[in-house]
Amino acid sequence: MSGFDKVVTSYEEALKGLEDNMTIISGGFGLCGIPENLIKEIKRRGTKGLTIASNNAGTDGHGLGLLLEDKQIKKMISSYVGENALFEAQLMSGELEVELTPQGTLAEKMRAGGAGIPAFYTATGYGTPVGEGKEVREFDGRHYILEEALSGDFSIAKAWKADRHGNLMFRKTARNFNPSAITAGKIAVVEVEEIVEVGELDPDEIHLPGIYVNRLIKGTFEKTIEQRTVRSA
Amino acid sequence: MALTRDQLAQRVAQEFEDGYYVNLGIGIPTLAANFIPDDMEVMLQSENGLLGMGPFPLDGEVDADLINAGKQTVTMVEGASIFSSAESFAMIRGGHVDLTVLGAFEVDCQGNIASYMIPGKLIKGMGGAMDLVAGADNIIVTMTHASKSGASKLLSECTLPLTGKGCIKRVLTDLALMDIEGGKFILRERAPGVSVEEIANLTSGELVIPDNVPEMAF
Repeated sequence: MSGFDKVVTSYEEALKGLEDNMTIISGGFGLCGIPENLIKEIKRRGTKGLTIASNNAGTDGHGLGLLLEDKQIKKMISSYVGENALFEAQLMSGELEVELTPQGTLAEKMRAGGAGIPAFYTATGYGTPVGEGKEVREFDGRHYILEEALSGDFSIAKAWKADRHGNLMFRKTARNFNPSAITAGKIAVVEVEEIVEVGELDPDEIHLPGIYVNRLIKGTFEKTIEQRTVRSA
Repeated sequence: MALTRDQLAQRVAQEFEDGYYVNLGIGIPTLAANFIPDDMEVMLQSENGLLGMGPFPLDGEVDADLINAGKQTVTMVEGASIFSSAESFAMIRGGHVDLTVLGAFEVDCQGNIASYMIPGKLIKGMGGAMDLVAGADNIIVTMTHASKSGASKLLSECTLPLTGKGCIKRVLTDLALMDIEGGKFILRERAPGVSVEEIANLTSGELVIPDNVPEMAF
């Protein structure tokens, strides 16, 4: 690695410095656009006691679901966790904690974390269990709750295409939480399908500038589909 | 007769206007996309980051990178756009979506909605529902009027934990279309063949019955 070149060649190197009890911010929605190989590397390393902010917790055998098998996750910060039997079992037994966070609030917490905004007011969750214990303020006759930003020791994310400086392009709805998640980690690790030379990407078409990216690695992806729905011709 | 799922979807679609950006929740709301009139353009928003959602793909078109908020594979219409989750909820929170349609367990005449959590059962999460009800101005809740055992779901006060407070103004059930104004349900339309009395008997919250309550027309 030198200068602005963010490319690393092994997943071990990509997650160097990840230790027990750290906080990770992860991109992905369901199994779409998840950093699947980085998750597998966390499983291989056996890192424990992790707090992970991710919209979902994977499914049995896929995505973050893999980290539940060896009880590596202590706490999930998610909006929806209903697709994973192992998750339910560990939640019921008290081995796993979950902080349910509305999807838009979760995205904004990540965005704020990456943008140096410590907290923000939102109407989402006011008067509901999510708002309990949180500061309430009224603006123009409407009630808002104060939500704090999220930041992590690491971000893990998936993009489609990058140049060696870590300038990123995402593909279709695999973008989802990835750009915001990347900005919210002290060390942002991104895996991509293709890495091109600097200068090959049109600056106007870059979705996220490389300034947010610390390590970049090219991977191959299974891209598991959760709900394969088709129409007949 | 209570409305069928398709009739509910059809009645929802009557609320669409040409040029509307609409977010449809999972279930009956999603079905409403099948009843968009041919002479009308409606753009569907999927909160995972897609504006301009199309139908399910043909077998050979399936793309793992293109899903809707229910994690189903979908397509894009011409003129679609893609954005991050943060951007998606900025447009929802900022009130840019013209109409939001979603399901619920209970609604009360204060405009409160409970739709994500039944204590004692496993809590799966609210997903984007709390953001949608807090951010949208124009929301239609679709639900059955009463539970299978006949208990009203239109209450004076929700019994379940809330998804949003004071944010619902219109409810479409299998029996009636109602507005919520000034702490009361106002009966606007009834399902074909359903009497006002039947609706009143199954509405637990305070109900205002105007002189003329037309049947829904399809």
